[in-house]
Amino acid sequence: MTRAAMINAALFAMLPITAGVALALDEPFIITLATKVAILALAAVGLNIALGLGGLVSLGHAAFFGIGGYAMGILAHHAQSYTPLMELPFLIEGTKSMPVIWLVAIIASALAALAIGALSLRTTGVYFIMITLAFGQMLYYFAISWPAYGGEDGLSIYVRNGFPGLNTLVPIQFFGLCFAVLAVVLWASGRLARSAFGLALTAARQNPERVEAVGLTPYRLRLVAFTISGAVTGLAGALFADLNRFVSPTMFSWQMSGEIMIFIILGGVGRLFGPVAGAALFILLEHLLSGVTEFWLIYVGALLLLVVLFARGGLIGSLAGREVAHD
Amino acid sequence: MIEPLLETRDLCKNFGALQATDHVNISLVPGEIHALIGPNGAGKSTLVKLIMGSEQPSSGSVHFAGADITDLRRPERARAGLGRTFQISSLAMEHTVLQNAVLGALGRSGRVMRFLWPVMSDKALVAQAEQALERVGLADHRGALTGELSHGQRRLLEVAVALTLEPKAFLMDEPMAGLGAEGSARMTEFLDRLRQEAPILLIEHDMDAVFQLADRISVLVYGRVIATGTAAEIRANAAVREAYLGEEDA
Amino acid sequence: MSTLLLIEQVLNGLQFGVMLFLMAAGLTLIFGVMGLINLAHGSLYMVGAFAAAATAAATGSFVLALVAALIAAAAAGAIVELTVIRRLYDRDHLDQVLATFALILVFSEGTRWIFGSFPLYLDVPAALAGPVTLPGGIEYPAYRLLIIGMGLAVAAGLFLLISRTRIGIQIRAGEADREMIGALGVDISKLYTLVFALGAALAGLAGALVGAIQSVQVGMGEPVLILAFVVIVIGGIGSIKGAFVGALLVGLTDTLGGVLLPEFFALFTEASSAKLIGASVASMAIYILMAGVLIFKPTGLFGGQT
Repeated sequence: MTRAAMINAALFAMLPITAGVALALDEPFIITLATKVAILALAAVGLNIALGLGGLVSLGHAAFFGIGGYAMGILAHHAQSYTPLMELPFLIEGTKSMPVIWLVAIIASALAALAIGALSLRTTGVYFIMITLAFGQMLYYFAISWPAYGGEDGLSIYVRNGFPGLNTLVPIQFFGLCFAVLAVVLWASGRLARSAFGLALTAARQNPERVEAVGLTPYRLRLVAFTISGAVTGLAGALFADLNRFVSPTMFSWQMSGEIMIFIILGGVGRLFGPVAGAALFILLEHLLSGVTEFWLIYVGALLLLVVLFARGGLIGSLAGREVAHD
Repeated sequence: MIEPLLETRDLCKNFGALQATDHVNISLVPGEIHALIGPNGAGKSTLVKLIMGSEQPSSGSVHFAGADITDLRRPERARAGLGRTFQISSLAMEHTVLQNAVLGALGRSGRVMRFLWPVMSDKALVAQAEQALERVGLADHRGALTGELSHGQRRLLEVAVALTLEPKAFLMDEPMAGLGAEGSARMTEFLDRLRQEAPILLIEHDMDAVFQLADRISVLVYGRVIATGTAAEIRANAAVREAYLGEEDA
Repeated sequence: MSTLLLIEQVLNGLQFGVMLFLMAAGLTLIFGVMGLINLAHGSLYMVGAFAAAATAAATGSFVLALVAALIAAAAAGAIVELTVIRRLYDRDHLDQVLATFALILVFSEGTRWIFGSFPLYLDVPAALAGPVTLPGGIEYPAYRLLIIGMGLAVAAGLFLLISRTRIGIQIRAGEADREMIGALGVDISKLYTLVFALGAALAGLAGALVGAIQSVQVGMGEPVLILAFVVIVIGGIGSIKGAFVGALLVGLTDTLGGVLLPEFFALFTEASSAKLIGASVASMAIYILMAGVLIFKPTGLFGGQT
């Protein structure tokens, strides 16, 4: 086992161990923090498919996070108020079932990513960054100005949605569910990196001309990657909303996009477990520093600056030493 | 007369007032190496871009394998069977040598939308890639990172990737550049055999290689083809000597 | 709708547009010359607004407040350039985004630390507080007219600076070919600091001018920054002319969209839902404009070929 692989395994085990210890010590708040790490890591794993593999610096992934959140919010809102979502041309009812909500969140955010990607990927580089940021902001303002689902105030869901065979109201069970989703998606994204699609996508990041010369279209590869990426982040959004039992336009905010990206960078770009390490570090910092000072984000900013300027491999990179991003 | 595989018809490209390509008619017939030579700034790069689809012509057309490909994009031309190597090595530098070759085989197979199955476990693709590496003599370096290859080895890898595409014709942009005497000799020998598989449009500065390899040579000056013929004809051509081969006649 | 109201809204759109231009011009210059994407540009806008509000509160002078805004933003820009930004020129866009995002966190929380979380207020100077009567009998706030006038004057000055002065020649040379200006004997690192400080000063001026019609608070810069990005995407990166045209387009679209779209939808549906739909679509109008430009000209109206 290489050093990096050991660190990955340790990182991965850290979450359930933390949750297990918290359960033994009867500290439900710690379990909730571990759940939050798992969900935010999932969002960042999604972004990492576009950013790490595809080299697509999307600063608008909050759009998909928010769409996933609102998919949950809207469906559960209609279910708890016993009003149909729509009656014409056919009846759609709300639901409190997580599997259905997840499916809707994935499909809705994938469609949004397809549309936003189709436009944004016509450009590259700094244009792409600015455009994804702008589309994210567009959805933010739309969520604020559309009053049907709470507008600026957002939507509260009174009871957490259900999953067959589990009691999601018990923190450790909901943690287990989120962690299982994270594990499955991490596995799939590791497979994706080594698949035919992954090879072509990573090659298109390094040298798009080469990819064209073998008859493949970088635009199409990137659009598919962006869509998958958006769908995963959307799923994370639905879980995040369920964790808080609340959705609001802040899930769409540009700060959210920036934070998802920070998780990846703190952990290390292009590393499978980087998002997990980054999200864990971020939540840990938030938890520790916010008790000391109200202005804890200053320290996060300073840390981020140091990582970008001097430790480009992120946390895993610093611990594991230099390593090629692929295997 | 043999039907040409690749043909440009009255191809023109203007950049403002500059006529970079001026009514160029060149062809590539099966089994031949057709070399394109010309002094710097003669418009060779522009012509390559027009043939490969990186630039659109101002007028005229490009035909390949019996079809007008003028409106096709670069990937579509590659899929139609036009394999190329780049003037400056253009490879995925963070990938291994084998991964680059597999990328070629993958492009050839067209089965890129596979998301969960490890591509390096695809025996057919890997075998095809390894065979291409074998042919150019890079099999021993299959596991090396492409970025760590020497300049000459990268040129060979370019050719290997083009081989995996099993193209109907090759367009090779200065494959000898920077190879050194021994490398050039090996590449010359390799291309000499390759022409039987698919004809080669060769853009090259190495005149020894050109005169040794080419069945036909076209000379490009100021965007125009001033002469096309065998090595002997080109050597004897007065216009070529005056415009290109130097002032010794003057 | 009355013509009077429409003209007033057009003026509002112009005022918004010239403010966006002050932001976008700095961003596009910095990108054009140094190849840097600066997310912290909104923080410099905020610095200008806070400096103006604090100075006005201490001295009561609006002119001094504007001067303070210019100096504070330019100084903040120069300091940031010297300490952080210049390490980023050779980095990829991802590093630039992250480092300047980190700067936003530092600036925002630092400002909250110093000034607290409550908004400050900057009063419009008494002489400009009232309306003026324009030809045609339109009453329009004098201060907003001043903003339009100042914005246009700065735009004209910037065009002259770029096209007529030595600095402008160096800036244009830098945009065309970064290695060239070294060969011309220009001290590149000084030029970069200067351009960055100039961009910062423009942002600070915008912040101070807008600060008098909105509240001055932490986080005020980023929404404007993102709109400035939309402006640049529409106008084309690196083009001052594009920034100007794009800024006016965005300013007018946003302002007029908010007024006209509800009326437009009222043609189809009942008044209350028309107002809702109109407001929602208006909130997205400029992004729809951006999407339209992207479809037809991905490099922006005045952008070069990629």
